[in-house]
Amino acid sequence: MATSVKVYGPPISTAVSRVLACLHEKEVPYQLIPVNMAKGEHKKPEYLKIQPFGQVPAFEDEGFALFESRSICRYICEKYAKQGNKGLYGENPLAKASIDQWLEAESHSFSPPSSVLVFQLAFAPRMKLKQDQGAIRQNEEKLKKVLDVYEETLRESRFLAGDDFTLADLSHLPNTHYLVNSSDMGELFTERDNVGRWWSEISSRESWQKVVEMQKPA
Amino acid sequence: MAGIKLHGNALSTAASRVLAALYEKEVEFELVPIDMIAGEHKKESFLALNPFGQVPAFEDGDLQLFESRAITQYIAREYASKGTPLIFPDSKKMAILSVWAEVEAHTFDPPASKLKDELAMKPFLGLATDFAVVEEFEAKLGKILDVYETRLGQSKYLGGDCFSLADLHHLPIIHYLMRTQAKKLFECRPNVSAWVADITARPAWKKVVAMRAY
Repeated sequence: MATSVKVYGPPISTAVSRVLACLHEKEVPYQLIPVNMAKGEHKKPEYLKIQPFGQVPAFEDEGFALFESRSICRYICEKYAKQGNKGLYGENPLAKASIDQWLEAESHSFSPPSSVLVFQLAFAPRMKLKQDQGAIRQNEEKLKKVLDVYEETLRESRFLAGDDFTLADLSHLPNTHYLVNSSDMGELFTERDNVGRWWSEISSRESWQKVVEMQKPA
Repeated sequence: MAGIKLHGNALSTAASRVLAALYEKEVEFELVPIDMIAGEHKKESFLALNPFGQVPAFEDGDLQLFESRAITQYIAREYASKGTPLIFPDSKKMAILSVWAEVEAHTFDPPASKLKDELAMKPFLGLATDFAVVEEFEAKLGKILDVYETRLGQSKYLGGDCFSLADLHHLPIIHYLMRTQAKKLFECRPNVSAWVADITARPAWKKVVAMRAY
């Protein structure tokens, strides 16, 4: 099959890696097209045509363009429903509703504090930017409260939306990977029994391991 | 029919989002009021419905859901044949709708909520507005609305040619902001202004507004 699927952006971007993990789970071949963000390529007119907010990733499938990583993931799951991990976005409306619920929780409760921490702890040092200790403390407290809820949810079920790995769990991989591996916030996950068990399981999936390899410097 | 229950109240932007969808789809439901001032949303009985202790929570028979944007998607799919179509059957059109729904959630909502807090909530609670924050976030929201202005020049609604969830999700916050100084951000952009006038005039949204005390 010709690789008509294109993903634009660097694999170290959390949002790009979310899409890559999904493509791996669905066994969809793709071309990864580099976007040189250090040179401001993502703010140039040709790029803004495919992503008007100047962010990564952008995505194309047979000339059909999309942006926003979670929309791209949903589209991949719908279009390639019959291949790879078939249950990734649920195989019936009730399963889908439950997955959507946890995707939204990831978007609105987990992502805001964890994204600030990823930036402050994993990226700011690399970019030689001064860390904002106040923001770190404040968002650590927020993240702890969210993970307390996850701890209870994961006591009752193996994964967030039920007993199978879904897009809802996958969506958490990029930020958690940085916090566990590139910062001292890892304990927030590993010292909670159920969250720790869940993280171990989702991060050892082959689809994610491939992304981790791609994030390493060439 | 086992019955739909929405736990929350019409003053909550998230609950209003679901109310708008329920009215658009013309499905019957029961609104179960949650007294947030009395902390009802942090009590065990509510946490059983939403472990994050936020409104709304939603029930349809045995199905229990939280997160307003997951609830609206469920309503749009489950009751596809009733009322206004809020999603598209074509997968590409649906994907584009989904893009702009994500933009609302991730790009529009954070600065818009910040402005709502400073310009609408703080005065309501008797606290002082921080105008430095207002200036900063009006500038941010302005840049985002520039992208919306272009988009709405190419497409009648954000998600495509027809009104959909992508537009609906914006209603609760826009309702607040149009009653503050931030309304200028919407009024000075012709396509955005026309879109706001159109979506806020919808009968289903007017029903939600009528449920509020003000």
